[in-house]
Amino acid sequence: MRNFYLVLGGAAIIGAGILVYMVRRPAATGIPVNIVVTPADTAGFAGYVLGSASAPVEVIEYSDYQCPYCQGFALIQFPTVKERLIDGGQVRWRFRDFPLEQHPAAHTAAHSTACADDQGRYWEQHHAIFEGQADWSEARNAAREFRSYAERLGLEMKAYDDCMESAKYAGRIQASVESGVRLGVNSTPTFFVNGRPATAAAVSYDRLKAFVDSLSAPAAP
Amino acid sequence: MAAALLSLSGVFVSAYLYLYKLGKIGSLACGAGGCETVQLSRWSTFFGVDVALIGLAGYAALLVLSLAGLQPRWSESRGVSAMLIAASGVGLLFAIYLTYLELFVIHAICRWCVASAVIVAAIFLAAVVDRRLGRRTGPDAA
Repeated sequence: MRNFYLVLGGAAIIGAGILVYMVRRPAATGIPVNIVVTPADTAGFAGYVLGSASAPVEVIEYSDYQCPYCQGFALIQFPTVKERLIDGGQVRWRFRDFPLEQHPAAHTAAHSTACADDQGRYWEQHHAIFEGQADWSEARNAAREFRSYAERLGLEMKAYDDCMESAKYAGRIQASVESGVRLGVNSTPTFFVNGRPATAAAVSYDRLKAFVDSLSAPAAP
Repeated sequence: MAAALLSLSGVFVSAYLYLYKLGKIGSLACGAGGCETVQLSRWSTFFGVDVALIGLAGYAALLVLSLAGLQPRWSESRGVSAMLIAASGVGLLFAIYLTYLELFVIHAICRWCVASAVIVAAIFLAAVVDRRLGRRTGPDAA
């Protein structure tokens, strides 16, 4: 009988120890990083595109969902650019993921938007994640916050969960990072306007509008 | 003894799930299963109480009952074993109901919930076998 209580006590200590470890361990992103990119990861994909294929100006944005400056741009400047230039057919926007290593939830955020994209709701999830940045960036389980946004958007949650658990877009996110590195991106947000590097100030509505106008202005005699 | 050990493992499984619900544990170790789908569904509460918390309280009660049955003063009592059978039987029915929800309503399986269902079924079986054999597991029988 004494042996039984020893076994029971030992099992209790081990079980409690495992639970304490799980509570105290650093939160995992769940999405593998720095993986080897395969051709299948990038087939037919070069970022999330918004706007007309015939727009005279293309802006490529390399961004990180956990970066405060990216959030500021996404929530303050981008809506005006979208409403007046992208929706007007003058600018095409290409968003590319560039999750920074110091942001542990950024990969998961990027993956969450990719899973929303599977259901045609990429931009809504993109906006929700930026909007909720203050809520999830310090959360122990950011993925759960992203999931709640997806649920609020009305996504089919079984498909979303399967997508997140499979981490099937980890390679695509890594490919996006590598494409940015090749272009010299080392911080976020970084922009390219018709292929030329630009600062966040240069992609404000006023500056972009001036650039668009200069392209359509008749050449000087 | 088997019932006590199984109840203790049930306490840890349900505590793990409840800590997850509280946001204390990052993500569930779930492999390819649908743990989050199940745990964050609207069926993860029962009359407003987290199912994981109900499980935690239930397994704690089963642990107390099974340990009580091992004490000399109750080792001859059939009442304690009857209570253990009744409590684990209720737990088993609840687990069957939850498994039905997973399979036919939520359409996702949480392996930790399956583990819990197996544990409570094993406790019920151990309690029934113990009573049928009329075994007494007090210190005298050890």
